[in-house]
Amino acid sequence: MNKTEGKNLRVVLYEGPGSAPLPAEDRYRAISALLQNGFEVSRPAAGGSVARADGAPMLVLGRFEKAPSIEGADVRDVTGLDADGVLGAAREIREKAGARKLEAWKPWFPVIDYDRCTNCMQCLTFCLFEVYGVDQNDKLTVQNQSNCKTDCPACSRVCPEVAILFPKYKKGPINGDVVRQEDIQREAMKIDISALLGGDLYNSLKTRSAEARKRFSTERDESKALLERKRCLKELGKDLDIPDEVLMSLPSAGDIQERAERAKAKMASRLARSQTVKDAKPPPTDKEWGI
Amino acid sequence: MTRILYCNCSYAQAVPKEVKEEVLKRLCESGAAFDAVADLCDMSARKDPAMKKLVESGDVKIVACYPRAVKWLFHAAGAPLPKEGVEILNMREQSADAIMGGLQPK
Repeated sequence: MNKTEGKNLRVVLYEGPGSAPLPAEDRYRAISALLQNGFEVSRPAAGGSVARADGAPMLVLGRFEKAPSIEGADVRDVTGLDADGVLGAAREIREKAGARKLEAWKPWFPVIDYDRCTNCMQCLTFCLFEVYGVDQNDKLTVQNQSNCKTDCPACSRVCPEVAILFPKYKKGPINGDVVRQEDIQREAMKIDISALLGGDLYNSLKTRSAEARKRFSTERDESKALLERKRCLKELGKDLDIPDEVLMSLPSAGDIQERAERAKAKMASRLARSQTVKDAKPPPTDKEWGI
Repeated sequence: MTRILYCNCSYAQAVPKEVKEEVLKRLCESGAAFDAVADLCDMSARKDPAMKKLVESGDVKIVACYPRAVKWLFHAAGAPLPKEGVEILNMREQSADAIMGGLQPK
């Protein structure tokens, strides 16, 4: 099962009539353990409400006087069980229900703020891993979330509108914090795509790597050259906060050029299409011009 | 009836541990009804249909992180937040006291 597939098991901690309520500390320990292990937990209480059942696998836990039978749900009496015992019961049912297990992954993917996005497609053109795509209305969308490289916020740095969020990122506004005027003006946010695609970054890499090659060619020590390349990339990566893994897997300048050409052609065809639609329309009347 | 939705940010430590633990502890002590999820980002990545049920029918207070992030995470999951009746409390910026204060009925 893919890390982004499957349903979570919803655990309902029932403490109503017919059951003994848990002491607050036990309740906290049980719920905390369940959440840390990827379960959803609902705690109904008198005078309040929780989300309705939706057909997802469900487990009802409680210190029951007599365990009830609930259609569509597993029921477990957890009298005398500590947090580990509760977690064990939930894991057992999760296994039985075929629900999703806790994955060792960090949900890292771009989230688009459509209040800010202008559909300029810089991110789509920039991203080397084809995370972005367009929907049937030619609107930018995140298409392949799992292609995104963990901890890499590079595409958000090329977005001129600060419209790309990574909610797990450490700093604002990329983490979703309010966008301030100085954020838009900040140099890091104004990296021109041409500078990154075949421009400054690659020229810089090329020059430095050529220099490194020259320096080490006499020594014929490839491992030293590799170390130098890594060091150069690290310096560049530090400026942009791009993980080493991403920098080290950058395609060749030729690949980048080809990719840029493809994006250019795609953009041209999109423009031509929209021009055709405009041409097909009759010229505006005086009324439409507001005369 | 305003419901409460708490996000534990389990898959990363983006939310300060001490704040989220304190908020959860106090929610458990409060006797309030609530829904808690391991991680809204994880659910959004999976476009989990449960996100829809968590915010539908009535007002909801979401205890998570930055409102802009929460809003677009729901949108990305195909479960856009209703324009009214949603309040987002931010555990990355607010203290546990402020969060619990925000959860009090007005």
